[in-house]
Amino acid sequence: MVLLVDKYRPKSFDKMDIHKDMSQQLKNIVNTGDFPHLLFYGPSGAGKKTRVMALLKEVYGVKAEKTKLENKEIKVGSQLSKSITVTTLSSPCHIEINPSDSGNYDRYVIGTLLKEIAQSAPLDQSAERNFKVVIINEVDLLSREAQQALRRTMEKYVKTCRLVLMATSISKILSPIKSRCLCIRVPAPTSEEISTVLQKVAKQEVFNLPKAFCDEISEKSEGNLRRALLMLEASKAEKYPFTAGQKARLPEWERFIADIAKEIMEDQSPKRLLEIREKYYQLITNCIPPELILQKLANYLIVVVDYDVKHQVSHWSAFYEHRLKCGSRPIFHLEAFTAKIMSVYKRYVKLLSFVNNL
Amino acid sequence: MSSTAPWVEKYRPNTIDQVVYQDEVVQALKKALESSNLPHLLFYGPPGTGKTSTILAIAKQLFGPELYRSRVLELNASDERGIEVIRTKVKTFAQASVGMQSVANKAGYPCPPFKLIVLDEADSMTKDAQAALRRTMETYSKVTRFCIVCNYVSRIIEPLVSRCAKFRFKALEPTLLRKRLSEVAEKEQVKVTNDALDRIVDVSEGDMRRALTVLQSATRTFGKEIKPNHVDETAAVVPDQEIEDLLNACIDVSDKKDMFKAMQKQCAQIVRRGHSAVQVVSQLNNHIISSKNLTNVQKARIALEFGNVDKCLTDGADEYLQLLSLSSHILRIKAELDPKATGSSNEDAMSVDDD
Ligand SMILES: Nc1ncnc2c1ncn2[C@@H]1O[C@H](COP(=O)(O)OP(=O)(O)OP(=O)(O)O)[C@@H](O)[C@H]1O
Ligand SMILES: [Mg+2]
Repeated sequence: MVLLVDKYRPKSFDKMDIHKDMSQQLKNIVNTGDFPHLLFYGPSGAGKKTRVMALLKEVYGVKAEKTKLENKEIKVGSQLSKSITVTTLSSPCHIEINPSDSGNYDRYVIGTLLKEIAQSAPLDQSAERNFKVVIINEVDLLSREAQQALRRTMEKYVKTCRLVLMATSISKILSPIKSRCLCIRVPAPTSEEISTVLQKVAKQEVFNLPKAFCDEISEKSEGNLRRALLMLEASKAEKYPFTAGQKARLPEWERFIADIAKEIMEDQSPKRLLEIREKYYQLITNCIPPELILQKLANYLIVVVDYDVKHQVSHWSAFYEHRLKCGSRPIFHLEAFTAKIMSVYKRYVKLLSFVNNL
Repeated sequence: MSSTAPWVEKYRPNTIDQVVYQDEVVQALKKALESSNLPHLLFYGPPGTGKTSTILAIAKQLFGPELYRSRVLELNASDERGIEVIRTKVKTFAQASVGMQSVANKAGYPCPPFKLIVLDEADSMTKDAQAALRRTMETYSKVTRFCIVCNYVSRIIEPLVSRCAKFRFKALEPTLLRKRLSEVAEKEQVKVTNDALDRIVDVSEGDMRRALTVLQSATRTFGKEIKPNHVDETAAVVPDQEIEDLLNACIDVSDKKDMFKAMQKQCAQIVRRGHSAVQVVSQLNNHIISSKNLTNVQKARIALEFGNVDKCLTDGADEYLQLLSLSSHILRIKAELDPKATGSSNEDAMSVDDD
């Protein structure tokens, strides 16, 4: 079975319902024949990739859809003595790479692959598009060195290849790189836009989606269309026809985190902390990024606690997430955050009862 | 070059005379051109101020297109520049003799009897590789000249710095940026309103490349009439209204019950719109400094939090959590240190608990 997310991924600009004006702008950009390096940025699930693929199609036609996976050997290390294998996805007119997967070796991947692509001069010099497109994913996760390696390369090879860089946030991208690209912000769709897409999908799949339920899903989707479609599918599998008052089905791991928040509120003790620690381990082994755990947990806690504690939660969640990023064992920081909130909350409750008894 | 080529390349200076604003280095290089000699060079300064352009231009003027390939070696951050490469590649290039001068002189270029090795983006060279370079520089000083190009001169080891003639490239003057932009706009037949020009100069912070890229991007995206809001969108600046909304949510303490929620909603929204937290924080800071709704004491307390958030964001902390924490601090500082509510703040804090 194909997931709804994949089935309804628009393949060209005309089929896109969200940010129609941006589609038009992108068309303007590429239709003048040639285009500059592009940097797409925006939250995940906002549709960056979909847009880039549509862009490729606009530029090269169906040729861009004939993709194949390829493994490439890359020499790394200061003596170029070691070698690693990277996986690329390519068509006759483009290649897609994920250098951030190679960790510290990312700059070798960038250096080697880009040069190789740029120097393998396009076969047909007279062709209208005599350049190749290189899509680089997660540029914000690249090391400083790898980003440095992009700088001059971007200028030197601009005749033979165009880079399309993708990032969740441009905060972490060096400014010399930003100033070499046309930066395109892709905002997350609004709840209304998500509702429209959900209704359209429901119509095409021929099932009934009550407005109230549809709005609840869009509300909980956090502006992430992928998440909304997955939630719709999961909810439908759980119970259909939809009934009044039915809750949108959140992903499993998220309900798990909601439970942790509840458990922190119920009991603040070493024993409880130990139990929660087990849960963190489970989440981590299921590949849920620890910073996401902390972020979600903070959001759940903020909803249920009183005003004064809300401040504490937002302060300490930011504090421990920062520590977590700088440190090397996420579990320590998740646990420290939990202990901190337990103690803050316990003290608050004590103070409350003291004041009330006055 | 085709009409659609990036304007930064199209308008890259071809001779050192076309380099704007960097008079000191241009003067020195002109002398060098006359005397056909060149010291080792070190160029440093912020991005987009003409470092790479200048060295490429002088190289072309010295050697001409014919000899360029055999006389100039350009190594940048994407090239492997470990010790080994410095030892071998640079050595081989430096050792190969420069040939007879008379043969070369034909095209009317000075063609001095040495080779030029450009180490662009040298910030990313390791200390060891730089150390290895010291020897190489000395050994071949008769037949080679080096040009080290970097953003921060502090990343280059002292013994190298002291071997070179140092030139600082300054961030470009707003008036010069503006002039250059108008020239380009005219050549490309783009109409740019005065406000929009000011805005481009504003956001590019003396970086000519950024200014040109923004101008070209805006033209590509929005057509041949550029207005200030087009500039904001292409330069990744957050629209003032959104910053205003966030700030208002942070300092509106009239609705005790929902103020936190309202503030949180603004934070989530701004992140969802894809704005960079670093950009939001810096613009928010400007708004706060000039805000009439905060006392000096409040501003001072808030400033401390800004310092903290900036550090965390630089370390790569989560953007939403940092923004939320910052906003929550602002909200609390506003509520607790509110001059109108002094004396009652304790009571207020506790009255929340009644319901
Ligand atoms: N002083 C200048 N005069 C004229 N044009 C300039 C000047 N500085 C920069 N530019 C323009 O900006 C573009 C980029 O300049 P250049 O590549 O020389 O910057 P850089 O100093 O090497 O930057 P980086 O540190 O990012 O490598 C040039 O192609 C040119 O169009
Ligand atoms: Mg440069």
